[in-house]
Amino acid sequence: MILIPCIHCGPRNASEFAYLGELGRQPDPNTTTPPEWRRYLYTKANTAGWTVERWVHRAGCGRFFTVERNTLDNKIRTARPPDAQIRLIQQAGRADPKADA
Amino acid sequence: MWRPLNGLLGNGRGSGPRARYSAFGLLRRGLSGADWPPAWSTHDLAPSYDVVVIGGGVHGLATAYYLATNHGLRNVAVIEKRYIGSGASGRNTAIIRSNYLTPEGVRFYHRSLKLYERLAADLNFNVMFEQRGHLTLAHNDSSVRTMRWRAEVNKLEGVDSEVIGPTEVKELAPFLDVSEQTRYPILGALYHPPGGIVRHDAVVWGYARGASARGVHIHQDTEVLDINVIGGKVRGVVTNRGEIATPVVVNCTAGWSSVIAGMAGVELPIETFPLQAAVTEPVKFFLNPVIVSGTLHVYVSQTARGELVFGASVDPFTSYSTQGSLEFTEELAGHVLQLMPSLARLRLLRQWAGLCDMTPDFSPIIGATPVAGFYIDVGWGTYGFKAGPVAGEAMAEFIATGTPPEIIATFDLARFDEGRLVGEKGAAAVGH
Repeated sequence: MILIPCIHCGPRNASEFAYLGELGRQPDPNTTTPPEWRRYLYTKANTAGWTVERWVHRAGCGRFFTVERNTLDNKIRTARPPDAQIRLIQQAGRADPKADA
Repeated sequence: MWRPLNGLLGNGRGSGPRARYSAFGLLRRGLSGADWPPAWSTHDLAPSYDVVVIGGGVHGLATAYYLATNHGLRNVAVIEKRYIGSGASGRNTAIIRSNYLTPEGVRFYHRSLKLYERLAADLNFNVMFEQRGHLTLAHNDSSVRTMRWRAEVNKLEGVDSEVIGPTEVKELAPFLDVSEQTRYPILGALYHPPGGIVRHDAVVWGYARGASARGVHIHQDTEVLDINVIGGKVRGVVTNRGEIATPVVVNCTAGWSSVIAGMAGVELPIETFPLQAAVTEPVKFFLNPVIVSGTLHVYVSQTARGELVFGASVDPFTSYSTQGSLEFTEELAGHVLQLMPSLARLRLLRQWAGLCDMTPDFSPIIGATPVAGFYIDVGWGTYGFKAGPVAGEAMAEFIATGTPPEIIATFDLARFDEGRLVGEKGAAAVGH
């Protein structure tokens, strides 16, 4: 198994985390068509190489975060808070989101 | 790279005469000491083929075999990145069954089981199919309900399948702990007598030998680097040994199917997960049926050599890495010991992983794509090996006739856009 660098707890065994899948762009639910929504639900890039994905530290602090992982050898390059969270922190006037994490 | 039996099975050049395997032939060669002719031939890459199959596993080789046998299409190439059977075909736990949940799933896997039953005779190659019976254990009321549901669907489709109680389970597998004092007591099981195990390498080799004898070119150590698509039509493939012109490409690459489909510009609803398996040291024969427990995420069978083969559910996150993990071994051992405490002193010999191309509905994707001439036989998740013969037969018919056979009609790619999913999770996944 591999170590996942939690943004709050540091590197922990992957069995403590839940893998939530690769990040995709969600269409606007108010204007999307059923085929477009289904494509968003089902179609995956399934990249063999570096991917950006979402994890949650389920058996730990409960934080959601974004991980950059190479699916060929499971090496992890970066772990950061979700983009939406970064935006919120920036709006609150704090420039460095990692300082908060 | 390690190539088992390469010299014995496949180093011949050209398509020379094949020896028909028989007891008499075995005796004659045993006495004379003469070498066996190679089981399949090697060829130079031809500039063009009528059909190029990517992936030299059971699906790819079966497709080529049935194209040549049932439809007379012999100008066919099978392109394999490493050696044939090196992917999921040589890494699965070799279990054959047809006790699925949906009527279309049951019909499909039943046809495959029927093909497996006569495969050794058809291919003149001993695939060692042993129909020892298959037990899916139920540890709670909802599992019993699903087993009952499956048994009734199975019976309607003419598949031998029945729910049995703990006493009958104990008779079939005396080493199972059927007491009520365990964490997950065995309340019953779905008993499927035609299920069993097969030698997976032999199936791959048998199809390769049969296809090669009918003129199919098998190219090992040949990696597809790109697929040429012009004007929405397949024109050829680019390999590390040169370019091939072809109007038809079939993607039979299991865990790598998204990568190959991406070369043709086709996106798939597939995620690749590793699935780990392990094998113990060989012991005296004691376990006849195949044992599966969904609750405990484990399946066990004993090979003809005496080793116990264990499989589990897929790893908890996607990956193309086939590296094993200690978590898997620990969890597996714990679960196996809950089922059969008497195995406590048995030692594991090795563990490995194979790549599973999982679909959202746990059913495969077989058929055409928006790119003309680009066919897919993918999404085999954890149930691809048992479907190899029927998938090859149906895909060959589709390519030769241009219309999808009824048995695969519901497994098309368009079902995801049109919302016609074939939910097979209740019978295909162990971890539900």
